[in-house]
Amino acid sequence: MTAASSTGQGNGVRLGVVLLATPLLLWLLVLVILPHVDLLLVSLRERIAFRQYEFSFANYIAFFVEPLYWNTYVRTAVMSIMATVLTLIIGFPVSYYIAKIMRGRGKNVLFMMCLIPFWVSELVRTFGWMILLRESGVISSFLQWAGLVDGPVEMLYNDVTIMVGLVYTSMLFMVVPLVSVLDSLDDSLIEAGYDLGGNAFTVTRDIVIPHAMPGIASGCIVVFMLTLGNYLTPNLLGGKDSLWFTEQIYTQFITRFNWESGSAFGFLLLVLSSLIVWIGLKLSRQTLADTVR
Amino acid sequence: MIPSIPQPRFYKGLYTAYVAVFFVYLAAPLIVVGVFAFNDSQFPSMPWNGATLKWFFGDTRPAIGIFNDRQLLRSIGTSGFVAIWVTALAVFVGTCNAFLFERTHFPGKNLLYVVALSPLVIPGVILGISILVFSNAIANNVEETFGWDLAFLRPGLFLVIIGQFAFVTTITTLVISARLRKFDFSLEEAALNLGATRAAAIRTITIPFLKPALIGASIIAFLMSFENFNTTLMLVGSDAPLTITMFDRLKQGSTPALNALSLMLMVVSGALALLAVFAQRGGQGDKT
Amino acid sequence: MADQFDLECRNVGKNFDRFVAVDNVSLTIPKGSFFSILGPSGCGKTTLLRMLAGFQEPTSGDILIKGKSVLGVPPNRRPVNMVFQHLALFPMMNVADNVAYGLRRRGVDKATINRKVAETLARVGLPDSGPKQISQLSGGQKQRIAIARCLVLEPAVLLLDEPLGALDLKLREHMKVELKQLQHEIGTTFVYITHDQSEALVMSDQVAVMNAGKFEQVGTPQDLYYNPQTAFVASFVGESNRWRGTVGETTGDYVAINLDKGGVILADKAAHASLPTGQDVEIFVRPEAIAIGRSDAAPDPVPGNNSLTGTVENVLFNGAASSVQIRETATGHEMSVALPQTGAFANLRAGDVINLAWHASQTRCFAGVLPSGIEGGQS
Repeated sequence: MTAASSTGQGNGVRLGVVLLATPLLLWLLVLVILPHVDLLLVSLRERIAFRQYEFSFANYIAFFVEPLYWNTYVRTAVMSIMATVLTLIIGFPVSYYIAKIMRGRGKNVLFMMCLIPFWVSELVRTFGWMILLRESGVISSFLQWAGLVDGPVEMLYNDVTIMVGLVYTSMLFMVVPLVSVLDSLDDSLIEAGYDLGGNAFTVTRDIVIPHAMPGIASGCIVVFMLTLGNYLTPNLLGGKDSLWFTEQIYTQFITRFNWESGSAFGFLLLVLSSLIVWIGLKLSRQTLADTVR
Repeated sequence: MIPSIPQPRFYKGLYTAYVAVFFVYLAAPLIVVGVFAFNDSQFPSMPWNGATLKWFFGDTRPAIGIFNDRQLLRSIGTSGFVAIWVTALAVFVGTCNAFLFERTHFPGKNLLYVVALSPLVIPGVILGISILVFSNAIANNVEETFGWDLAFLRPGLFLVIIGQFAFVTTITTLVISARLRKFDFSLEEAALNLGATRAAAIRTITIPFLKPALIGASIIAFLMSFENFNTTLMLVGSDAPLTITMFDRLKQGSTPALNALSLMLMVVSGALALLAVFAQRGGQGDKT
Repeated sequence: MADQFDLECRNVGKNFDRFVAVDNVSLTIPKGSFFSILGPSGCGKTTLLRMLAGFQEPTSGDILIKGKSVLGVPPNRRPVNMVFQHLALFPMMNVADNVAYGLRRRGVDKATINRKVAETLARVGLPDSGPKQISQLSGGQKQRIAIARCLVLEPAVLLLDEPLGALDLKLREHMKVELKQLQHEIGTTFVYITHDQSEALVMSDQVAVMNAGKFEQVGTPQDLYYNPQTAFVASFVGESNRWRGTVGETTGDYVAINLDKGGVILADKAAHASLPTGQDVEIFVRPEAIAIGRSDAAPDPVPGNNSLTGTVENVLFNGAASSVQIRETATGHEMSVALPQTGAFANLRAGDVINLAWHASQTRCFAGVLPSGIEGGQS
């Protein structure tokens, strides 16, 4: 009797786990794993005739042979890394200010002020930058009014503008993890650093940054990912010459209807992002699971 | 460094000024978008021609206000429809996942956890195309084998919902897990000890404890879905959600109607975001 | 003259807005002594310590270290080091790097750093712990590393901010002795703040009792215990029976104190010469100063002895610290009396009637009845 009921409960518990796991497995298998496997398979085939395919590396070869694709790829990676580093450099002092200098209510208000803009669609934010920076925009008008320039200035459609937009759009994903990790730094560690003869520079280098490393890593990973996969900002702020790799994917898929080549590009982007995230994690000695804590 | 470390006033001032400039940078585009919603001009740009409300309520060409713009209103409806489905699915699956990851032990759990996080590190565009390619492959196979045309597997709202659900679920899982991790398991044991069944204990003790996180996750999921662009772009069919409609308009050349719409979005999503934050903060409050 | 003191405070005050945290405190600490500041939480002792370390600037007054004013000197340039309340060991570095941190900041060469770190770790009894991570240390070891990290810099004064607070009772007792010994060996001046009177009494050469931002009394532990100068010190240091009363007639060397609730207690006239007849006073008698005897063995009358009888209400057995709660027969006052552990009273039970006696010189009276709200911490 006892044995039966205990095994019964064991089965019950196991059944519970299976029931709980079903949605998870369906989600991951059907929506994440299989589609990406299929993406890989599609990228590795070549169309011979209508609905006739055979295995081939042609799509990848095309990518390496065509300088436009290759250059866009490298350019996207380099600009994304730059945007990540810039976001970190700009966001870190602000996060530190919020976490360690502000006290009480002011701190919460400032933190909320950082968050709220990012609940607004990226489209709206980018639209705001267009209104500010275009030839007939606010900044151009202001410069003319101030007498600093003679005629209208076009500030859209160049790399600096893309960078401004990318950094803006990513800022939240840097500030939130940084504020939370810096918040957990005990003031007395900083005081101890000073007490033992440190100064602002050495205390930041030896105590604050090592402590903030998990936050820095998770912020950088998310920002890099989002930047690399961004479509709106380069497209709207960079115009026709933005040369962002996601635009190539879109073109292959939607405009040219060349899914094989588009899949190959998509896979290359995925490899690139995984590779750089992996390198970043190794360099900062973090793991992916750490960074979401 | 921190208030207890004396610093020269000059550096303090410089630092404060930097933070002030940063907030100007944050606020500028949003303020500009809002202000130009009221500009009495065909374009959301300088010069300022005086204030008007026609971009909200106008009903004559060329100044059709957003409340009279059928196409915009329909796309808002579409976005809302998608977002509600995505929210419901993602919160449900996210809750199951949270219980699975926080409460059970089984071999391969850590690996599964990493896979569950992976949608965070997959660019939205790629998530979109992979689902597009895969669903298309299934649809083609079914059509060849059985001769059935599964229209819902072709680009359209079903795929948009599925695609957004695929990554929003990771977020809801994280939000709900974080809360469940703080749950004091002895509360549930106390309920069992007082005669509750396991299901009743979860329903009466654990779920109410999770409520702030469930509300927070719902709002986050709704907003993420409503504002999603990258994944949606790849999966959209003839019914365009709001972000796609706005993008097309922006490409064609914008009118202040877009500003008016953006302003409404800002107000609504700002309010929802505040609600989400307070829902979760309230949850933290009752714990301490 | 001034440089025989390692640390000197002259009329130091600190206000936060309207609140006076530290009120006109002056102190001098001779070289090589163990100085404690004892007070209840919120008395301003932490603020005072942080001013010494440089994390807060005094509103008024001057702080001198080795005879030189350190006002305006930032904490990283002061020749004092601090052991923080929660130790503040750097979790991102191992033990050796923690200890080496200050030397590195001074630009000391690598070989010297290694040698000094090894020496210091040996001195605190953890010679092999250098490569360990902070999280691998036990509570007592962390304590020693936190001290080593400061000592390696050979500070003029070592400041300790209740560092034993987080340890469990047994370890705390052990660390008290160890700290005292360590200080004795190295001869550095220690300034130790605590709310725990036993820590202060056991370890210190000098103790300052602090209350509401002011020093109530500065003296040796024995001084504080036997000759408290204020009601606060009498109640905060050690245990006391307390009554209220008024000063009555003087007879010979003794003065009678009339208790408000009836009864009379004798006190030394000489020690209370400043109290005029009719003055409201608070009366303190230490439980351990009261001798007890079986009621059948009435004590010989001694001049100046207070002698009472009472009924045992409760025996609070706590080993060597056992005591008895007694209700005095004549007036109904409750009293606490220490129970001698000689075995003579091992069978004392509630309801037993016993004699109580203490000499007038053990009675302490202080003018002015404290409002009942601000009584001392542990009485």
